[in-house]
Amino acid sequence: MSSTDQTPQRLYSAREPIFPRRVSGPFRNLKWWIMALTLGVYYLTPWIRWDRGPNLPDQAVLVDLANRRFFMFWIEIWPHEFYFVAGLLIMAGLGLFLFTSALGRVWCGYTCPQTVWTDLFILVERWVEGDRNKRVKLWNAKWDARKVRLRVTKWVLWLMIALATGGAWVFYFTDAPTLLKDLVTFTAHPVAYTTIAVLAATTFVFGGFMREQVCIYMCPWPRIQAAMMDEDTITVAYRDWRGEPRGKHRKAEGADKLGDCIDCNACVNVCPMGIDIRDGQQLACITCALCIDACDDVMAKIGKPRGLIDYMALTDEPRERAGNPPKSVWKHIFRTRTILYTTLWSAVGIALVVALFIRPDLDLTVSPVRNPIYVTMSDGSIRNTYDVRLRNKHGEVRPFRITVSGDPALRVQVEGTPYQVVDVPADTSKLQRVYVIAPNGSAPALDERTEVRIWVEDTSNGDRASAETVFNGKGN
Amino acid sequence: MSTDKKQPDEVETTGHSWDGIQEYNNPLPRWWLYSFYACIVYALLYMVAYPAWPLVKQATPGLLGYSTRANVAAEIQRFDDMNAPIEAKLVQAELTEISADPDMMNYSVNAGAAVFQTWCAQCHGSGAAGVQASGYPNLLDDDWLWGGAIEDIHLTISHGIRNEQDEDARYSEMPAFGEILEEEEIAQVVQYVRKLSNQDHDAALATSGETVYLDNCAACHMDEGTGDRFQGAPNLTDAIWLYGGSDEAITYTVENARFGVMPNWNTRLSEAEIRAVSTYVHQLGGGE
Repeated sequence: MSSTDQTPQRLYSAREPIFPRRVSGPFRNLKWWIMALTLGVYYLTPWIRWDRGPNLPDQAVLVDLANRRFFMFWIEIWPHEFYFVAGLLIMAGLGLFLFTSALGRVWCGYTCPQTVWTDLFILVERWVEGDRNKRVKLWNAKWDARKVRLRVTKWVLWLMIALATGGAWVFYFTDAPTLLKDLVTFTAHPVAYTTIAVLAATTFVFGGFMREQVCIYMCPWPRIQAAMMDEDTITVAYRDWRGEPRGKHRKAEGADKLGDCIDCNACVNVCPMGIDIRDGQQLACITCALCIDACDDVMAKIGKPRGLIDYMALTDEPRERAGNPPKSVWKHIFRTRTILYTTLWSAVGIALVVALFIRPDLDLTVSPVRNPIYVTMSDGSIRNTYDVRLRNKHGEVRPFRITVSGDPALRVQVEGTPYQVVDVPADTSKLQRVYVIAPNGSAPALDERTEVRIWVEDTSNGDRASAETVFNGKGN
Repeated sequence: MSTDKKQPDEVETTGHSWDGIQEYNNPLPRWWLYSFYACIVYALLYMVAYPAWPLVKQATPGLLGYSTRANVAAEIQRFDDMNAPIEAKLVQAELTEISADPDMMNYSVNAGAAVFQTWCAQCHGSGAAGVQASGYPNLLDDDWLWGGAIEDIHLTISHGIRNEQDEDARYSEMPAFGEILEEEEIAQVVQYVRKLSNQDHDAALATSGETVYLDNCAACHMDEGTGDRFQGAPNLTDAIWLYGGSDEAITYTVENARFGVMPNWNTRLSEAEIRAVSTYVHQLGGGE
C-alpha cells in the first residue's frame, strides 16, 4: 500500500445513458434482415401446422411436456431419445466456438436475443422520440406533458412487444390456437400467465433499460469468448495506423500530418454499447459493425477510401503498417482451430442424422425382475420374470408378438393374456410383464445363467426388435 | 492492436500499489447495488411472511400461514378425491370383472402394490416371494393352499388364515403325529411323501409308508396326495414345500404339525384397498 491521502473512491456508478444515432449501410441492412428473420421464426413457428394423423397434435413444433413428447415437423422425440436434444446442444456449443474463433462475436452482434430485442426497442424509441439529438434533449428536458406523453407512448409500445415475446414462448408448449383462445378468455392455466408475465418483464427491462448492462455485467458469454478468439479472428477494429493522429481542422496548419480520422465521433454516436472502437479491443464491444457503416459514410463524404473501421484480423496490422495488402479473409478463417471445430460439429451432426434415420419405430427395453431372481413352479419348472417396456411409435395401435430365443426349452408367457400377442395403443409405451419358463430339468433351469434375447415382432408387418437379457436358473 | 495509446490516467486507480502493480477502479454499476439492497429487503419480508426462525418446538409461523405439512395434507386429500370415483367403482364391481376393466386394473395394480409394500411385505417379502422353507408362502408361483382365484385371495386377505380374531377366517389344524404314530411309522410315511413328489426316497420304507399315509393323512391330503384347498391342506405331489421338502423338514412337520397364521385385514384396510391388493397379488404370475 502506498498512498493513504486519497479522497474516498467511487465504488458504484450510475449507468451512462446511451443514445445510438440512426445509421445506414450494408451492415445495418444485414442486421435488419437478421432481425426480421429471427423475430419472424420466433413469433410464427408455433403457428405452423403439420398433419400427423388423428391421434397426434398438428402443431409443427411442439414441446409437449405433459405427454413427454417433442415434435418437430416429421420428427418425434421420446424421452428415452433425449440424447438428440443433448446432441443439438453440443452442436450449438461447437457452432458458437466455430463462429467465435472465425468471426469473433458475431453471435453477440447479430443474432443474440438481447441484441435483436434491444435493436427493436431502440427502433421504437427512435420512432417515438426522434433520433439521437432529440433524445438527448428529451433526456435533459424537464418532466412536462410532452415528455410524459412520449415516454408513456414508448413504454406502452415496449410493453406490447414484451407481452408478445412472453406470449410467443408459451405457444411452443401447447396447442397455440387453443391456448390463445384460453389466454384471451382468461381460462388458461396460471403457469401460462406467470410465464408470460416473467418473460414480458425481463424483455421490457432488459430491452428497454438494461441493454448493454446485460452484456457487460450479466452475460458470461463475452468472457468465455475471449478464450475462443485469437489474433487470426476476424473482428471489428480501427486502423489506427491509418487514422492517427486524428484531427478535426483539416484546413489548419499541419493538417497534412493528420491521419484519416477526422474525429467526428460518428462511430461513437451510433454505438449501442456506448464505447469508442478507436480505443482498441474491449470487452464491451459486441461487434455489431454499426461503427463500420457510420465511418464508411464519413469517409465517402471526405473522399477517403472506406474501411478506417473494418472487419479485420489483428495479425494483419504489421502487414498493413508496412503498406502490404492483408491476408485474404479465407486464409484467416481456415486454420487448424476452425477446421477442428467444423469437423467436430459435422461429426456430431452426422451422428445425429444417422441416429434419426436408423431409429426403429418399435422399440423395447427389458428389465429382469430380480426380487426374486426366479420362481419355482409346482411342476418344478423355473420361471423368470421381466418387465418389458414396449414402445409403439406409430400413429395406430399395433399387435406385438413376444418371443424368446437362447434355448429351445424356454417358453414365454405374457401376463394378463393366454396369447403371446399384446396390443400397444398408438404412440404410447406399455409396460408388460413377461414370464420365461424353463421346464423342470432343462438346461436353463439347471444352469446358473443363460444368455437369452427377448424379441418383439409386429404381427401386422413383420417389424422386429430385440433386447438381450439373462435367464437365471437354480445354479446346480 | 497497440495499447500504448491508452493513457495510464484514463481509468481511475484505487491508489493501491503492490510492488508497482496498480489496481484499476472500475466501479460496480449502481443498479447492482440496488439489486443487492432489494435482495436484503426481500429476505426481511420473507422472514416475516414465511416460517423462518427455528424455535424450540417449531419455527416462527410467518404471516402467510404457509406450511409444508399442510401442503402435503392438501396434496394427499387431492389425490384421495381424485381416486374416490374409481375406488367406489372398484368396491361395487364383481371381483372377476376388475381385470377386464383397464382403469380399475391400472388403479388396483398401482394402489395394490403400495398396500402390499406397506402391510404385506413384512412376511411375504417386497418381491412377494415369501420366505423360502419358513412358512411364509411365495405368492408368485402357481401353488395355492387356499385357492388362487381372485375370490379366494380376497377372502384370505379380508379374514386371514387360522386367525381367531375373525370368525370368518378359514381354519384348519394338522394333528401333531409325533404323539399318535410310532417313530418307525413316521419314518415310513416321510419316505412315502417324498416318493409322492418324485424326490429321492427309500423304496422299502415308502411302500410300508403308503398304508400309514392312507390311514392317517389321506383324509385331508387326499389319496393321491394332491391336498385339499377347502382345508388348506397342501398338495404333497408338487415341487413346492412351504416348510422345506428335506427328510428332516418333513419329519419335523409330521411330528409337530404346522400352524401358519395370517391376520385379517378387513379391520385395518378399506374394502377398496383389500380389493386392490387382491388384484395386485392375483396378477403377480400365479393367479388362477
